[in-house]
Amino acid sequence: MGTSDTGIVAGRLPPAEIEANFTDLHAPLTRHEALVASDRCYFCYDAPCMTACPTAIDIPLFIRQISTGNAMGAAKTIFDQNILGGMCARVCPTETLCEQACVRNTAEERPVEIGRLQRFATDTAMQANRQFYRRAAPTGKSIAVVGAGPAGLACAHRLAMKGHEVIVYDAREKAGGLNEYGIATYKAVDDFAAREVDYVTAIGGIDIRNRQMLGRDIKLADLTARHDAVFLGVGLAGVNALSAEGEAAEGVEDAVDFIARLRQSPTKADIAVGRRVVVIGGGMTAVDAAVQAKLLGAEEVTICYRRGKENMNASEFEQDLAAAKGVTIRHWLQPLSIVTGESGTVAGIEMAYTQIVDGRLTTTGETTVIAADQVLKAIGQTFEPVGLDVLTLERGRIVADAEGRTSLEGVWAGGDCVADGEDLTVSAVAQGRDAAESIHRTLMATAAPAIDAVA
Amino acid sequence: MADIRNNFVGIKSPNPFWLASAPPTDKAYNVERAFKAGWGGVVWKTLGEEGPPVVNVNGPRYGAIWGADRRLLGLNNIELITDRDLQTNLREMKQVKMNWPDRALIASIMVPCVEESWKAILPLVEETGADGIELNFGCPHGMSERGMGSAVGQVPEYIEMVVRWCKQYTRMPVITKLTPNITDIRQPARAAKRGGTDAVSLINTINSIVSVDLDNFAPNPTVGGKGSHGGYCGPAVKPIALNMVAEIARDAETAGLPISGIGGVTTWRDAAEFLVLGAGNVQVCTAAMTYGFKIVEEMITGLSDWMDEKGHRTLDDITGRAVPNVTDWQYLNLNYIAKARIDQDLCIQCGRCHIACEDTSHQAITSMVDGVRHFQVMEDECVGCNLCVNVCPVDNCISMVALEPGTLDERTGKIVDPTYANWTTHPNNPMARQAAE
Ligand SMILES: Cc1cc2nc3c(=O)[nH]c(=O)nc-3n(C[C@H](O)[C@H](O)[C@H](O)COP(=O)(O)OP(=O)(O)OC[C@H]3O[C@@H](n4cnc5c(N)ncnc54)[C@H](O)[C@@H]3O)c2cc1C
Ligand code: SF4
Repeated sequence: MGTSDTGIVAGRLPPAEIEANFTDLHAPLTRHEALVASDRCYFCYDAPCMTACPTAIDIPLFIRQISTGNAMGAAKTIFDQNILGGMCARVCPTETLCEQACVRNTAEERPVEIGRLQRFATDTAMQANRQFYRRAAPTGKSIAVVGAGPAGLACAHRLAMKGHEVIVYDAREKAGGLNEYGIATYKAVDDFAAREVDYVTAIGGIDIRNRQMLGRDIKLADLTARHDAVFLGVGLAGVNALSAEGEAAEGVEDAVDFIARLRQSPTKADIAVGRRVVVIGGGMTAVDAAVQAKLLGAEEVTICYRRGKENMNASEFEQDLAAAKGVTIRHWLQPLSIVTGESGTVAGIEMAYTQIVDGRLTTTGETTVIAADQVLKAIGQTFEPVGLDVLTLERGRIVADAEGRTSLEGVWAGGDCVADGEDLTVSAVAQGRDAAESIHRTLMATAAPAIDAVA
Repeated sequence: MADIRNNFVGIKSPNPFWLASAPPTDKAYNVERAFKAGWGGVVWKTLGEEGPPVVNVNGPRYGAIWGADRRLLGLNNIELITDRDLQTNLREMKQVKMNWPDRALIASIMVPCVEESWKAILPLVEETGADGIELNFGCPHGMSERGMGSAVGQVPEYIEMVVRWCKQYTRMPVITKLTPNITDIRQPARAAKRGGTDAVSLINTINSIVSVDLDNFAPNPTVGGKGSHGGYCGPAVKPIALNMVAEIARDAETAGLPISGIGGVTTWRDAAEFLVLGAGNVQVCTAAMTYGFKIVEEMITGLSDWMDEKGHRTLDDITGRAVPNVTDWQYLNLNYIAKARIDQDLCIQCGRCHIACEDTSHQAITSMVDGVRHFQVMEDECVGCNLCVNVCPVDNCISMVALEPGTLDERTGKIVDPTYANWTTHPNNPMARQAAE
């Protein structure tokens, strides 16, 4: 029996129902399903899916390996390019990445299930704790990686493989970055993020130090002095403000914090949620927060986005998911002010209607109030350059070249915190991995004796 | 509606679809079900001599290969002839024939290669009212080790001898079933004809090891750690069977000899292909063993719908129609020139045609045009080999288009010659030159 009281309370649904709501969004493929699904791959020449994957996994090869009964080999093919292939298989918006490029879409509007097949292969290897990589001979080099999110982990793994010693500093309690704190619960069940961190670090040579915040506990200058190179994969620690009146009222929260609390709670039924919830934003975070609020038993969940459907960052699939779970998505609405009740808690939100005039977003002058006892803000995260003011920034994020080199010699960066970060797990992995290769090349070039010195 | 009633060497059946002598025809129970499902006839599972019946292995008898989605493509078996008592079989055959007078019931027989054995069994079979007999000279495993089955079928003289005995001791039509496990299928067919056979049926199964168990290092099916070669059948053997049927149909010595076509018939289309290559009817086994007897409904409707569509009225209108078009390579027209053409509206951009041609053939398909992924045939390189058509996953996306006589073949720079010219007169043929000199 759940409660339908107003306010933000836990237990809106029976605990068992809540737990059931947070199980795997897509059940893993069985062996038979995987064989049938893999049979559909055409083994394309210069496969478009490979080009569409930011980490360029050899997709036709790994699928062919699955189809011949070699799931273990398939896992290695995936990990060769993407050591976080397990998480990516769960969280990649494949409908806009690899699966969008699948030629089967042209033939029958149904792509090969690349993401689920990737999960099948990586699960096989991870469940057997099969490690594919050995470290190269020690190089004597030490590298600092700041941030243990996808970018930092991918970078650390590749560096460890090359024989370097890696120390990872992370501000949070646990490693994993948004994999641990941000990804929707039903996308990474059974503590997958933590298990993946263990799997990745099992290669050795990676020392993760938690509760170490750059700018507070450690300084960039110390890192550059102590280590041969530094990689920054600090993600986006800040969040945008609503700039709506009354934002500080009780009941208004950042969606990422709400999600993080949910992720960190071993029993989801403990998490309090409003009876009527309004989520402000139009991206993946907004959808994730809204859907999870609904799964906790909120009666009415509304996403308000200030532009049209086609401008939403959340993919078609995510929007459909939200709709299927009973979330209402409203467009062309922008927050004006928080309406509070007698006790000072949220009672609703006043929204202004918007429109595009001469290519610019303006309000129409019309307003509406949506009753709510919880407001979740998901209007984007921001990079907080704490202790990193020496670096060149662009649009508030770190400028890095194609290899991840920042404006400061010896310092690389990748993932969400760089200017051309794509706010995707898989892109963060690609950038972390590529930066590791660049660091390795740079360090080994300096280490190698010059030709004429040998002569 | 097309009339698909079949008259094969005087044996009448409502359609040309018979079940081949095999497990589906081993008992009255199965055969009754088959007739209820609509099969035109059955060749009863091979009978052996009177006395204690043969025994089968008690482990797996079948192995298989599969295509996409585990579709069964080839089946292999190590089963022997019927392991039931002769009298039981004869009693059941008689009863079934009485119950189903309009269906064909053929007795398949395999007894030792001595006159007495054949002389003894034939009257017993005749007594059942069976419409004919089929001589099993085919089984490649087990029975052949005992001097029967393909051990007879591989020696034309034996075939001729046994057929002669049969024609002597029974009035029933004799169908001689041929083994494909020989080099030239025309030899046993000619021998059967010399012996006076009414028809041949082919192919029996092909000697095979279908797969190997890589954990136990033993062939499949594995019986107690060992495996033996078996007989291969199913869709995978159809091309071999079609060729052998055509060889007999177009051989001067055997032309006109009725043929019952066997080997991988799974759909009406397969059956039609056998018929136009000279078969008077077809026998089916693996398809029924894969999907059950109901498939005959698809075969019956498919064949008659196709005949209606094309205006063929009876089976005689189609039987053997393709035989005149089966020729030897040396008679193919070397002035016929075709080029592949890709329908860009159907192309899904998988690129398989490109990589097949690029890696393994004639480098005649682009992968990129003006910096964009695009697959297009370069007519100046295309030799018209048809590989791309075969590897393309989309039906009809790539087709072979014949160049009109008088147009330019961009590859050779020559004008397409309208006249027929083959290898026998080609200047590069040393034999042709000799003849000219
Ligand atoms: C709610 C939500 C849902 C998402 N869902 C998806 C999804 O389904 N699919 C997808 O592809 N992407 C998704 N994303 C985006 C994806 O999570 C990120 O793109 C990805 O995690 C970026 O990786 P990163 O390593 O750059 O940063 P992060 O994952 O943010 O990791 C940064 C790490 O650095 C640490 N750190 C930060 N500042 C400091 C400091 N000063 N000192 C030390 N350590 C520091 C943090 O504690 C953190 O561990 C989602 C994001 C959010 C917020
Ligand atoms: S990592 Fe993501 S984008 Fe790349 S193949 Fe896997 S699921 Fe697709």
